[in-house]
Amino acid sequence: MATTAPAPKVNHIGLPILDYRGGKSTLCAGCGHNAISERIVDALYEMSVEPDRVMKMSGIGCSSKSPAYFLSRSHSFNGVHGRMPAITTGAVLANHTMTTIGVSGDGDTASIGMGQFVHLMRRNLPMIYIIEDNGVYGLTKGQFSATADLGSRLKTGVVNDLAAIDTCALAIQLGATFVGRSFSGDKKQLLSMLKAAIAHKGTVMLDVISPCVTFNDHEGSTKSYKFMQENDAPINEIGFVASFDEIAVDYDSGEIFEVQMHDGSNLRLRKLHENYDPTNKANAVRTLMEAHDNNEILTGVFYINTTKPTFIDLLNLVNEPLGTLPESLTRPPKSALDTLMAALK
Amino acid sequence: MATGESTLSEAQEASSTHARVTNDFSINVATVNGSGSQSANSVLLKSIFGMGVPVSGKNLFPSNIAGQPTWFLIRASKDGYVARKHVSEILVALNPETAQADVQALPPGGVAIYEENFKLDQVRADVVFYPVPFDKLTASVCPEVKLRKLVKNMVYVGVVAQLLAIDLGIVESNLRRQFSKKQKVFDLNFGGAKAGFDYALANLTKRDPFFIEKINKTEGKIIIDGNAACGMGAVFAGVTVVAWYPITPSTSVIESTTDLLNKLRLTPEGKATFAVIQSEDELAAIGMVLGAGWAGARAMTSTSGPGMSLMAEFCGLGYYAEIPGVIINVQRAGPSTGMPTRTQQADLLSAAFLSHGDTRHPIMLPGSVKECFELTQAAFDLAERMQTPVFLLTDLDLGMNNWMSEPFDYPAKPLDRGKVLTAADLERLGGFARYRDVDGDAIGWRTLPGTRHPKASYFTRGSGHTDAAKYTENPVEYQAVMDRLVRKFENMRKLVPAPVVVKDGSSKIGFLAFGSTDCALTESLDQIKQRYAKDVDYLRIRAYPFAQAIHDFVASHERIYVVEQNRDAQLASLLKLDLPAAQVTKLRSILHYNGLPVDADFITAQFAHQEGL
Repeated sequence: MATTAPAPKVNHIGLPILDYRGGKSTLCAGCGHNAISERIVDALYEMSVEPDRVMKMSGIGCSSKSPAYFLSRSHSFNGVHGRMPAITTGAVLANHTMTTIGVSGDGDTASIGMGQFVHLMRRNLPMIYIIEDNGVYGLTKGQFSATADLGSRLKTGVVNDLAAIDTCALAIQLGATFVGRSFSGDKKQLLSMLKAAIAHKGTVMLDVISPCVTFNDHEGSTKSYKFMQENDAPINEIGFVASFDEIAVDYDSGEIFEVQMHDGSNLRLRKLHENYDPTNKANAVRTLMEAHDNNEILTGVFYINTTKPTFIDLLNLVNEPLGTLPESLTRPPKSALDTLMAALK
Repeated sequence: MATGESTLSEAQEASSTHARVTNDFSINVATVNGSGSQSANSVLLKSIFGMGVPVSGKNLFPSNIAGQPTWFLIRASKDGYVARKHVSEILVALNPETAQADVQALPPGGVAIYEENFKLDQVRADVVFYPVPFDKLTASVCPEVKLRKLVKNMVYVGVVAQLLAIDLGIVESNLRRQFSKKQKVFDLNFGGAKAGFDYALANLTKRDPFFIEKINKTEGKIIIDGNAACGMGAVFAGVTVVAWYPITPSTSVIESTTDLLNKLRLTPEGKATFAVIQSEDELAAIGMVLGAGWAGARAMTSTSGPGMSLMAEFCGLGYYAEIPGVIINVQRAGPSTGMPTRTQQADLLSAAFLSHGDTRHPIMLPGSVKECFELTQAAFDLAERMQTPVFLLTDLDLGMNNWMSEPFDYPAKPLDRGKVLTAADLERLGGFARYRDVDGDAIGWRTLPGTRHPKASYFTRGSGHTDAAKYTENPVEYQAVMDRLVRKFENMRKLVPAPVVVKDGSSKIGFLAFGSTDCALTESLDQIKQRYAKDVDYLRIRAYPFAQAIHDFVASHERIYVVEQNRDAQLASLLKLDLPAAQVTKLRSILHYNGLPVDADFITAQFAHQEGL
């Protein structure tokens, strides 16, 4: 008598989580980036995104290697250092029907890639931009990056004497429409944030503090596991309810700020800070600045705007991907050339 | 402008003996930039064209918005020569700063039409002077002081038309086309032209030999600049993503592309089948092109030297990761910022090898506005067929100046979208390896993001990879990909536009050239024949890598003169890398690199000197 193995658990589109996994990570054991890859897998699986409909983009660095470690079934582009935004912009213009996830690092974003980063944020291109932020250059063995906090110390004893760039404050100011910060070790918060990010239409910018176990996880580092566990001050607790989930949550509604996402799902923020309104840009930036003064690392969703037009809206693109439009739509007819020629005679 | 020494050609010697010179001279309009002389220059040029006389215009302008000297050269040539003429016989002097030098540059027997206050008739005695009270005439027809600067230019058009016997009716109809929807603007401008015409008729006695006479050599022809032609080519190639950063002299490529896309590429619902994005810099522009090309779009950017330098890293990625894209470079005078509003052909070597490591790029080299249209389309087909960035090099002379041309032909062949696997293909094949040469043509098959099949995806990277797109540092796997890339490049020799045999008779001597040098070189061939009774062959190169026919041409001649507009003999250098050792010593160079378009007299003189004629 044949025995049937229990059917593997599948998501709403009938895919097991295996279909969302990637190759074996070659990053250091315990690297925060690996935890982020796992959350990306979980989020896409739980949100039932077709893996074939995802583009994974990255630049250069440890973080940028990580798209190889999740979603093997998705097209991936590991570009050049600091230039993921440009490649992604082109790819999204060619096919705006995809879910696009860009993974960058603090060096790739806040130093060599700063020019492209700020202009990407301005455009509100529909994509999820994740900074795997460890404040240090890993692949070149431990130099400070521009997100390293003032006064933090390298293993070699070198002290950082320049103030950090706050990529979240920048992104809010420049026009990104979903901006948050999390910690690679905070499974629940990061997963909720990623799921809401998938439901958002526009640029999502998530700065995920991701300690480097090899070069930046010692005493004196402000991006170590220990430091984060002691100093992480969540601005709000995040719950995300996908549109196909039953609405059953355990929040006290009196403290809830609810945001309706584009696909009908809900992002619920339980307020920890009094009067925190994530739709107020000025308030968001001020909150971040005040946190710096208090040596606090805030996490949570700082800013969200679900009404601003995306870059695709502004360009008034057809619904179909530009990349696969038929010749009948892209090459004008002979009569058009004849008219142009007649006008030049 | 002192564009060269005032030598007398045979034709001009004839003119000094008061023989009529008809439809064969050049007019130099010297103005201050920002004075709005462009429409006037264009109307004069098109009026000569309207008289049936072949004509060309060269705008020698400064890298400045207002207040600096500008010269516009209009050449009328019954023989159809459209290169810059070494010397202009007629000067319209409207810039007090350069007027004296401009008069000095005239050949004996030349003509100076000038603002009477300049008192130029004291400068020399051997030219014909026509003083005109431009400011007074302008004031009489244009009460509004603000507009006088503009209208003054039309006054000169009227004066020149009357002196050269250009039909005022043709000037009028060209003005009507130029200002088709603005009656008031037309009235004002034609008023200016008419005032100039009437003044000349009543007050100037014709004392020079130059005339425009109606012939029939422009019928059916069009006038267009190369940048507009490239833009048109891109639109008829079905471009879908355009990313760019403004830079002289390539900006108008994108302006014309955008203009046409907005006219021709909206769906009935008013949605765009294209995206044009002005990026933050050229690095981003080429990055967007590659991202779009990777995801299936026909993508292009347009730039000039400094922008192309910035694109270097990305072009290496495009080459190694095998991503299609089109890069138009309208060359200007380098190095560095160089002379942004002057022409050169000095980016050939850097385009061919742009980026670090062993990198090579195919290059299209159009030699006319018609080829700007055709080769831009060919560049898109080649890019997708060969899965690689393709350059198209024009230059400021070809790109920004007005050229007469046969009308462009509608493309005969459908778009070549290259080797792309669909979900159905993957189902049939059971999978694919992105960089594997399964067809023996050295080109792998690719898939586009979004293809709904579990085996569709692959990992694109600029790091070492296997033929299955996996990361590798294995020497054998790495080298296999590098060797296939060379085979792919070699195969392009047969796929790129073939060279044009302009003349291949029995001469032992041959010319090789590319791009805008062509117009001066074809004229020079006639000069060499006339002046030295020598026939010289000429093959015009239209693409890199070099076709076998180029090797054969070198092999079948004793001496080859490579004519190009750069200091370092870049085409000759590229040929030397390609030719067998025994052929290399045949190459000699004629080089023009002062920023002005090369002219026939220069080539002829250089050739004669090197040949000891």
